[in-house]
Amino acid sequence: MAELVQRVDLIFGEYSDEKYKVLEETLSRSNEDIIKDLLNSGLKGRGGAGFPTAMKWKYAAEQPVKEKYVVCNADEGEPGTFKDREILSKVPRKVFSGMAICAKVIGAKKGFIYLRGEYRFMLPALQVELKEFHVYAKKLKLDFTIEIKMGSGAYICGEESALFESMEGKRGEPRNKPPYPTVSGYLSKPTVINNVETFVNVVVICRIGPVQYRKLGTQDSRGSKVFSVSGDTPKPGIYELELGMPLVRFVEEFGDGDTKAVQVGGASGFCVPMKKFKDTIIGFEGVPTGGSMMIFNSSRSMYNVLHNYLGFFEEESCGQCTPCRVGCQQLKKGIEAVKRGDKPVVYLDQLMKLSETMKITAKCGLGQSVANSFSSIVNNFKEEMIY
Amino acid sequence: MAEKLKLQIDGIDVTVNNGTTILDAARKANIHIPTLCYHEDLCVAGNCRVCVVEVGGSKALVPACAMPASEGMQVRTNTGKVRLARKHIVELLLSEHNADCTKCYKNGNCELQYLASEMLTGDPLYIDLVPEHNYTIDRFNSAIIKDDSKCIRCQRCVRTCEELQSVSALDVAYKGNKMKISTFFENPLFEVVCTNCGQCVLRCPTGALIERNYIDQVWDAIYNPNKHVVVQTAPAVRIALGESLGMAPGKIVTGKMVAALKRLGFDAVLDTDFTADLTIIEEGHELLNRLKRVLVDKDPTVALPMATSCSPGWIKFIEHTFPEYLPNLSSCKSPQQMFGALAKTYYAQKKGIDPKTIVSVSIMPCTAKKFEADRPEMRSSGYKDVDFVLTTRELGIMIRQAGLDFESLPNEHFDSIMGESTGAAVIFGSTGGVMEAALRTAYEVVTGRPVPFEKLNILPVRGTEGEVREASIKIEKTLPAWSFLEGVELKCVVANGLAHAKRVMQSVKDGTANYHFIEIMACPGGCLGGGGQPIPTNPEVRSKRKAAIYEEDMGMPIRKSHENPEIAEIYKEFLGEPLGHKSHELLHTHYTPRKRY
Ligand SMILES: Cc1cc2nc3c(=O)[nH]c(=O)nc-3n(C[C@H](O)[C@H](O)[C@H](O)COP(=O)(O)O)c2cc1C
Ligand code: SF4
Repeated sequence: MAELVQRVDLIFGEYSDEKYKVLEETLSRSNEDIIKDLLNSGLKGRGGAGFPTAMKWKYAAEQPVKEKYVVCNADEGEPGTFKDREILSKVPRKVFSGMAICAKVIGAKKGFIYLRGEYRFMLPALQVELKEFHVYAKKLKLDFTIEIKMGSGAYICGEESALFESMEGKRGEPRNKPPYPTVSGYLSKPTVINNVETFVNVVVICRIGPVQYRKLGTQDSRGSKVFSVSGDTPKPGIYELELGMPLVRFVEEFGDGDTKAVQVGGASGFCVPMKKFKDTIIGFEGVPTGGSMMIFNSSRSMYNVLHNYLGFFEEESCGQCTPCRVGCQQLKKGIEAVKRGDKPVVYLDQLMKLSETMKITAKCGLGQSVANSFSSIVNNFKEEMIY
Repeated sequence: MAEKLKLQIDGIDVTVNNGTTILDAARKANIHIPTLCYHEDLCVAGNCRVCVVEVGGSKALVPACAMPASEGMQVRTNTGKVRLARKHIVELLLSEHNADCTKCYKNGNCELQYLASEMLTGDPLYIDLVPEHNYTIDRFNSAIIKDDSKCIRCQRCVRTCEELQSVSALDVAYKGNKMKISTFFENPLFEVVCTNCGQCVLRCPTGALIERNYIDQVWDAIYNPNKHVVVQTAPAVRIALGESLGMAPGKIVTGKMVAALKRLGFDAVLDTDFTADLTIIEEGHELLNRLKRVLVDKDPTVALPMATSCSPGWIKFIEHTFPEYLPNLSSCKSPQQMFGALAKTYYAQKKGIDPKTIVSVSIMPCTAKKFEADRPEMRSSGYKDVDFVLTTRELGIMIRQAGLDFESLPNEHFDSIMGESTGAAVIFGSTGGVMEAALRTAYEVVTGRPVPFEKLNILPVRGTEGEVREASIKIEKTLPAWSFLEGVELKCVVANGLAHAKRVMQSVKDGTANYHFIEIMACPGGCLGGGGQPIPTNPEVRSKRKAAIYEEDMGMPIRKSHENPEIAEIYKEFLGEPLGHKSHELLHTHYTPRKRY
């Protein structure tokens, strides 16, 4: 099959950072310089929300506080995402380097990797690598150590403030924002939290420079992205691709010829039906994704897909705020009732309004994003919801 | 430091200090924003989302309780978008809530019900989820009932138990649709570290946490012609009861309360304040006795500092948390239990009533008193010393049930005997009150002179909320019998709220503090903020109740416990002397070490 999508090999390949050379070079540069490069690169967070990384670091750097932290979010809980696992096992040094550069820029001495509970098997290998890193750090006279903290399998603990709570030994419940992590994060100290892939991108930018980096992607979505491709595809797996491509090209490459919809961004992302493949850009100007791409062919019931997502949210909500805790239950019970005929079809409109309320009133990204899959599936596959 | 900023709420300019939340700014401008999980005493949770408002330009709504105001902020509290979102949220809460209001103890005093009526919720918008949830009701406790089917997960109780009380008997368990407020291993409350203080009950917006009420049992006793029903009223009830009956906080209603109790049909309306005075005599002597045994006899078995024992929430707390310090607790029973023991002995004898026929009821600002009355050791009269404990709230209900127009009742006097009291007893209701009352008496016993404070007001020991208060009083020119105390600086500490109690005990344990006498009240502000007091209880209400207590003290003709004539009489006729044989039998007790599980 001819390759339709531009493959990129910045994250995994080319340069494995055997001797922490990029780190060494970067450490000799000024913080302002590094931030400027990040700003010019257009790098946005790869964890899903897409916040400009340069700004995050800048805010944290500006905090007049001695104790600061760097946290790598490796909780990777979004359904259909499995790329951070791959990055951490293939190129852990790039992750550590990115964290170390961040530590230098913001003035932190301590970093943490919050590792998804299910990834415990990676721990021994990571520990070995970390030992090496600490040797190099010493050599480079860098006062920075990294520690791994294990999650316990709750999706919500990937949300940054819940993650801090969990790291502090408390129940993983999201906090009120503001204050944001750059002001008050782990132990209420200024903290930069980034996705695994974001840190690696920093290293890539430091190596090839922002100009080169910007050549990849589109106006709002620079660089490459590691995608986790699953579902009805002949070639599921992990692919590093240029950001900002039209979905249609992605489907041509990865679909099985019978694709009816793609769920972009996991359960909390959007469902794009076939008729919109052409006009949909994968990126921050279109449909963003933390990496999850789930492909559905015509054999799939979108009712079942949605029901499954709602079941996931209903269980994985932390349960503290009303719109999310009760809203998820109502959406799930609601589509069941419509399907059974216990509720009239117009009840779907009521549920749509409810999902809108959840979007604007829930405390954290989990509850706020349930409406994404709910409205995009119900709107585009209404018949499947009813019959 | 406090920089000002200006914002607009619903078109009104409001100037507030930097750091003020939108909610507080709105309150300042007299704009009402509904809340549920918010409580003045607790840290902000921001989890119910009822207080959402629109802030200039932003698509998402923000919680007014958690969002700080900022310069130039444009807030709208009453747009269609806001109203619809709030209605959805209340409807969602109702869909998880067992809304059988007419069967609910909190009917008419429920914040959820109030919001629902404000929003004109009609037919439910959403599917009833109650059957989906396997809600449990914990009715095993003598003081507090926990009904999960009424719970809206606002976590006020969790925050109360942790932040104010450092007990954490209640916490969040599970997540998502299964999330609930539970206890260690989901054990019933009586099997965990719960102190029964009822602070959670005071803050529960719905009927999920309520006191176990004994109203019907008390009516039955009153209606039973073969029973002689005596009632005692705690110091802090008389300054709060009015609130339960529509009066403003801070009204002293002692006389009306007595009148109401008489009209309800109690055979004798007596006063816990009498035994509060008695407690002072016993406890004051106990303290002096301990000091003597330590300072003169060098007796290593005597425990100092000595801690007060009137607050049953505190007693259960120390039994769980610092059991090694039980010898430091005064062996004096609380005034309620002293009263109970005397009602069925001394009172019965004097009145010629068979104690078997006496039903002893107490009106308390407290839920822990219900548990205390049920303790197996509280039967020294040969019967259950106190049969039923009602909270201030329950008495409020009985008065309404009886159709009494409380405000127009005349002021009446307590019956005798055991109805006479002093200002020293009144201040038991506030943090620092027991300390002050004890010092008024002990100082005079030792020196023959009144405490050297203007108008007997020992301001340094008057407790303050949210604070551990330390004071020392120098004892000078003692009477000859007490010369060993000459020049001694009596070091006292006063704490209210169990979180502060824990801090005090920890400092004793660490050896960083060197006290002689510790006063602890389990509830913030002392009994005036007790778990059985009218709802709402918040900082403003408590400060008004406190002012009322000290006003009542100043208005009393006698303000020192040892000058209470009925006290002199009971020692002469019945008890003999303080710490004497009879006292030990009836007025003193022991404690039970408990596990910290
Ligand atoms: C429910 C929920 C789960 C999340 N899980 C993850 C996750 O597993 N990994 C991750 O990097 N970000 C996750 N996030 C996003 C983080 O909160 C945060 O935005 C991100 O770690 C920031 O990193 P970035 O700027 O590099 O993207 C999650 C957010 C929500 C609301
Ligand atoms: S939106 Fe959901 S997950 Fe987030 S705080 Fe609310 S209940 Fe918890």
